[in-house]
Amino acid sequence: MAYRVLVACKHAIDLSTVKIRIKPDKLGVVTQGVKMGIAYFDELAVEEALRLKEKGVASEVIAVSVGPADAQKTLRHALAMGADSAVHVNTGDVELAPLQVAKALREIVREVEPQLVLTGKQATDGDYSQTGQMLAGMLDWPQATQAAELNVENDSVKVVRETDAGLETISMNIPAVVTAGLRLNEARLVKMPNIMKAKKEEN
Amino acid sequence: MGRYQGDSTCVLFPTTVDQVQQLLKYCNDKRIAVCPQGGNTGLVGGSVPVYDEIIISMEKMNSIRKFDEASGVVISDAGVVLQDLDQYLSDYGYTVPIDLGAKGSCQIGGNVATNAGGLRLLRYGSLHGTVLGLEVVLPDGRVINGLKTLRKDNTGYDLKQLFIGSEGSLGIITGVSLLCPPVPKSIKVALFGLSSFKDAVLIQQKAKLQLQEILSACEFFDNSSMKLVCEHFNVKEPIEDSSIYVLIETRGSNDDHDTSKLNSFLENMYEECDIIDGTVAESGSQMKAIWFLRESIASAISESGATYKYDFSLPTPEMYSIVDAVRKELSNYPDPNVYGYGHIGDGNIHLNIMAKEYSEDLQNKLEPFVYEYTSNFNGSISAEHGIGQMKADHIHYSKSEIELEIMKNIKQIFDRNGIMNPYKVI
Repeated sequence: MAYRVLVACKHAIDLSTVKIRIKPDKLGVVTQGVKMGIAYFDELAVEEALRLKEKGVASEVIAVSVGPADAQKTLRHALAMGADSAVHVNTGDVELAPLQVAKALREIVREVEPQLVLTGKQATDGDYSQTGQMLAGMLDWPQATQAAELNVENDSVKVVRETDAGLETISMNIPAVVTAGLRLNEARLVKMPNIMKAKKEEN
Repeated sequence: MGRYQGDSTCVLFPTTVDQVQQLLKYCNDKRIAVCPQGGNTGLVGGSVPVYDEIIISMEKMNSIRKFDEASGVVISDAGVVLQDLDQYLSDYGYTVPIDLGAKGSCQIGGNVATNAGGLRLLRYGSLHGTVLGLEVVLPDGRVINGLKTLRKDNTGYDLKQLFIGSEGSLGIITGVSLLCPPVPKSIKVALFGLSSFKDAVLIQQKAKLQLQEILSACEFFDNSSMKLVCEHFNVKEPIEDSSIYVLIETRGSNDDHDTSKLNSFLENMYEECDIIDGTVAESGSQMKAIWFLRESIASAISESGATYKYDFSLPTPEMYSIVDAVRKELSNYPDPNVYGYGHIGDGNIHLNIMAKEYSEDLQNKLEPFVYEYTSNFNGSISAEHGIGQMKADHIHYSKSEIELEIMKNIKQIFDRNGIMNPYKVI
């Protein structure tokens, strides 16, 4: 019953250190010289995956990031937190929309064959809240978004979701996609030796 | 803090320099004692009237007058709250050169009048260096219009230095010209858990040597402080239980450069020091979480009981020994808790003793014991908090006879009638 969990993380603008500024050409946000790191809700997704591993529900946590070369930093952070391995789909300088990211993730899912895909409900720069949902659609898997609580029992995933109308509890069969909401958990601080180890790990 | 209370019946809120001038001239002529007040966040009763002194609050003189982008110098009214000044500067990509826990309430004029130190003195230096000019109203109502934005001006005695740290005893500061550093592009925070203070001393030494120009803060706190903060604010201890915790912050212009420097430093520390546990903040929210542990100690203590706060400069290796000494002195007491934390990079410890209530007995046990202890090391009985009411009778522990005599003479020159903040400082 031990699952493989795939966590999709985006290397995004660290909202807690900078104010988001729109580019002068109004075609995006300023990313030059701006502090980037693992998207806030994606980090919660990594944390949740690690907790599933600690509970014995998951046997392996694999982090994946579809993004530019620097996305490696986000993956190393996931490894430092405790992920077993990381996959980097290097997109170079090209900026991808959620649909394209979802397509790339679908290929990774086909290769890795996880029972559970976790990701943040939305990235803190794009704020699209589309990637997780599109991925589930493409895979024809059930999905639960804005998760505040996650429990796995006998191949069934029970998620408490936060919606505008209140809390909703749904049950899905494995395999499934879950996107992390604000109240899912609080990400652990990474211990220094782990940071140093992750820095050295090869791709 | 609740420790000092006066009997003033009048608070005035001038909005212009002219009004301050008129007020002081009137008070000086009539020999009316005056207590200048900024954000009222001081810890030595300097902003609280002792008897019925008239309070002159700078709260309503709160305009930021000008910012010169070419030089990074801001000119501000004294009553501007430090955090507001920082907000204003952030739009230009600059920040204030001081940072302290009270930043949401303290005013820049008060910061200058008390020569506030804070968390970043290690990096940006003291206000004696970053204040480029002052506008001060003298006790007799005349004004010194010293608001220059010059980095260098060697034309005679540097009078503004007298007012910086004068705690309202020589005049009222109404305007400040302040040199501001740029907002850093990269900030990093690391927290170490160590088994002894000796390791903390070693880490701060190595941090200065290896992180050099990017080191921006080097703080420490002890196990009792960590336990109290976590219990009081219901937060989890982020790293394993340790005797002493050291917080290191770096600030720089290039994230990759700083990351690689910090990582090398961490590797070296793991080899050279006995580190129990450690963590590095990955995001801004994690940085805030780590800083919270250090910055909330004072509130946690004052919200938990009656606090005796001491602020000493001691030779760095000896800093924590005073905590052990006080614990030993109070070993027969059932109640008090002793906390030690502060700016290990600056040799400045905040020693706090917390009891259920204030008692003369406890105070007599602590004083003059702690002052004598500090004096024996040639330390300062007030590293950054100032003299105020609290230490007016104790300056002699850190200043010689001749220094005290000269200070009294200076006070006479500026404030012949003794109306400015009497019973405090000198």
